[in-house]
Amino acid sequence: MSGHPTYQPQNAFMKWMEARLPIAGLIYSSFVVYPTPRNLNYWWTFGGILTFLLATQIVTGIVLAMHYTPHVDHAFNSVEHIMRDVNYGWMLRYIHANGASMFFLAGYIHMLRGMYYGSYKEPREVLWILGVILLLLMIVTGFMGYVLPWGQMSFWAATVITNLFSALPIVGEPIVTWLWGGYSIGNPTLNRFYSLHYLLPFVIVGVVVLHVWALHVVGQNNPDGIEPRQASDTATFTPYATIKDGFFLAVFLVLFAYFVFYAPNYLGHPDNYIPANPAVTPTHIVPEWYYLPFYAILRAVPDKLGGVALLGASVVILAFLPWLDRSKVRSARYRPRYRFFFWLFVATCVGLGWLGSKPAEGVYVFAARILTIYYFAHFLVVLPLLGRYEKTLPVPGSITEAVLKRASAAAVVAIMLAGLIGFSSPSVAAEADTPPKQKWSFAGPFGKFDRGQIQRGFRVYREVCQTCHGLSQVSFRNLAEPGGPEFTRAQAAAVAAEYQVAAEPDDQGEVKDRPGRLSDRFPAPYKNENQARARFNGVPPDLSLIVKARGYERGFPWFVVDLFTQYQEHGADYLVALLTGYSDAPAGVTAPPGTFYNKYFPGHFLAMSPPLTEGRITTNGKPVYDDDTPATVNQMARDLTAFLMWTAEPHLEARKRIGLQVMLFLVVFAGLLYFTKKKVWKSLGAHG
Amino acid sequence: MATTTSAEHTRRDFLYIATGAVGAIGAAAALVPLVAQMNPDASTIAAGAPIEVDLGPIQEGQVIKVFWRGKPIFINHRTKKQIEDAQSVDVARLPDPQPDSARVKPKREQWQVLIGICTHLGCIPLAHQGAYNGYFCPCHGSVYDTSGRIRSGPAPTNLPLPPYEFVSDTRIRIG
Repeated sequence: MSGHPTYQPQNAFMKWMEARLPIAGLIYSSFVVYPTPRNLNYWWTFGGILTFLLATQIVTGIVLAMHYTPHVDHAFNSVEHIMRDVNYGWMLRYIHANGASMFFLAGYIHMLRGMYYGSYKEPREVLWILGVILLLLMIVTGFMGYVLPWGQMSFWAATVITNLFSALPIVGEPIVTWLWGGYSIGNPTLNRFYSLHYLLPFVIVGVVVLHVWALHVVGQNNPDGIEPRQASDTATFTPYATIKDGFFLAVFLVLFAYFVFYAPNYLGHPDNYIPANPAVTPTHIVPEWYYLPFYAILRAVPDKLGGVALLGASVVILAFLPWLDRSKVRSARYRPRYRFFFWLFVATCVGLGWLGSKPAEGVYVFAARILTIYYFAHFLVVLPLLGRYEKTLPVPGSITEAVLKRASAAAVVAIMLAGLIGFSSPSVAAEADTPPKQKWSFAGPFGKFDRGQIQRGFRVYREVCQTCHGLSQVSFRNLAEPGGPEFTRAQAAAVAAEYQVAAEPDDQGEVKDRPGRLSDRFPAPYKNENQARARFNGVPPDLSLIVKARGYERGFPWFVVDLFTQYQEHGADYLVALLTGYSDAPAGVTAPPGTFYNKYFPGHFLAMSPPLTEGRITTNGKPVYDDDTPATVNQMARDLTAFLMWTAEPHLEARKRIGLQVMLFLVVFAGLLYFTKKKVWKSLGAHG
Repeated sequence: MATTTSAEHTRRDFLYIATGAVGAIGAAAALVPLVAQMNPDASTIAAGAPIEVDLGPIQEGQVIKVFWRGKPIFINHRTKKQIEDAQSVDVARLPDPQPDSARVKPKREQWQVLIGICTHLGCIPLAHQGAYNGYFCPCHGSVYDTSGRIRSGPAPTNLPLPPYEFVSDTRIRIG
């Protein structure tokens, strides 16, 4: 990089400042006149995208920390408080949760780009290793963040991941106890994870600074993998790279916003909407999609220590890439054999990811073993051998020559979308029947609740469910808020007054019950779980979040299709199926005492007796609702489910409405940036 | 670039300005949720609904404290002497002139309801103290009389009154 123009301050203050703290000069030389290879394609925009995502995670994270309570008794409810009561809280949390997925998606693309074009080769080894350190920090930070909502998946992820250390000989157990701060996962664990989850992003920022510093020392690699030699090989960072990064960031944000506003729970797990329960492990626990390949490697090894060791090695081996790949040619463009093996490696990673989402049994484990072996063989066998025996193609003399020979590369959006294969997890074991798909007014990008339907559903809840099932996250005032059943405030207050809630201590210090007010929540049907067990022969789950806490496995390729068709109503469909799915047990099967056969319930035997029967809802002696809708079992099941969809996601309507505005804005903005980019780059073409 | 015509220039400038403007609008819109989330949330607002207080048990001469929206509300059942003291002051000479009648409900002079937060810097004054036997703020020495009016010290204004009304002779609703 021969000397480019340095910053010459014009006014007196900037001259004074520059002599003392040359920060303007640093920015000018690093982000304005800094020469970038002019042949960079859109895969090179992911560094900028990652920087943006890191900033987004930090800003939304700081905001969430203002409302979150790191305590085992309050964490789950404080997250629901954010989702329900905090202004725009649902949006900020969904941005943060999906932002983590976007961060890993962009990070993986960024790394694979480096692997394809040989960006780790001399003199960029340290730059690459800093990137591997960033990946490790991301993995740890993401894991700790996932624990904070303190749902079932949070709790059991914390249990499983910390137990990895117990595989170490001698020091294993003491280390696990030290990590927990107790004899099991508990409040000390949650508190320290919260503290570290706040700290680590700033460590990531520090390493990013080193990463960018190292980049600016050695310069960027490029798709042809040859160093710039003349002025016409490069374009200045601003405006050329800035506008290109900006355009593709806007395109990436369309994808990000799609998840946040239209499929916010697609990448998550229904089980994490069930509060942590140290006594019950979910039947099928899987990590978030971005850890699945590593998880598959862990489970492929039939030995505790061996599995943990290979899991660690699968990340650490990346750091040795610059020395394992001995080829003198950097870019896969001029390495036909390597190109094949690169895509084979990508397929291996995707395959491991898919296997990681499957139960660890039978053919899945066998396939995972084959792919695990290939994963390591790629680094330890294929790359060293290719370096020796591959016949590479002739490399062009200069970047300018390469650019003039080739038409500019096409956009990569389609590939990127195809690469984004989320692995939605099952929450209900596969043995049960698949619930039939229902039509819902709240489905799709323009979905809205049917007010009459959720009002009817509320009546079903009150007359059928509430003697056993609570609705603890819902306040009476919610009944009168926009986007819900939209009762009048007077109606909601009248409903509240029908319930008895614990009053504040009176003058004598006695705590008595008083009629509910709008600001109160629905009182619990039982004082504690022991009382519930004694009364109901089990603990009837709270229904506030039940629709989001249930689902069923769709399987490949449906979970991919669901993303595009916006089929997000798995929980609602399951609930209707369950409520209407009671029947006599098939011949030869007898239900254990106190249970009832239901073909949609995983395991089939359910402690809840069939709750909905014809005649449970009557108006003036007839089996109809107040609005004359016939109260059939199917109608009641659908109305109740729609009501519970609202209690689970009270801001659903606002989410879809704002989502449409955001999507329209982003499409317009991306279009404008595209034309601006074309104009800007046209001037470079004139230079030849 | 010498060949660029002025028409192209105009078109290009318009594109740049339009792109910049749309970007600025987007950035400003993104700030809205970040700022709004710091305002009181829906549960806080709901919990700030009006409260009712039974005045029956409060003895003459007694001051009780209740909380409304997290603020201490003083309810002072004033004695005849305290009422006379408050009414006989030369209003014009007060730092924040206000007659006692403007600080109580008509015909309910014995009930004085005010927000017990010193208007200086927010400490809670002590009742039945200070030179006027009204309220005295221990933080920085502001002295209020039995009507809650500032008489001396650094506080700029009288103790504020919460919105309240009598629902019966012995019951008020604050808020």
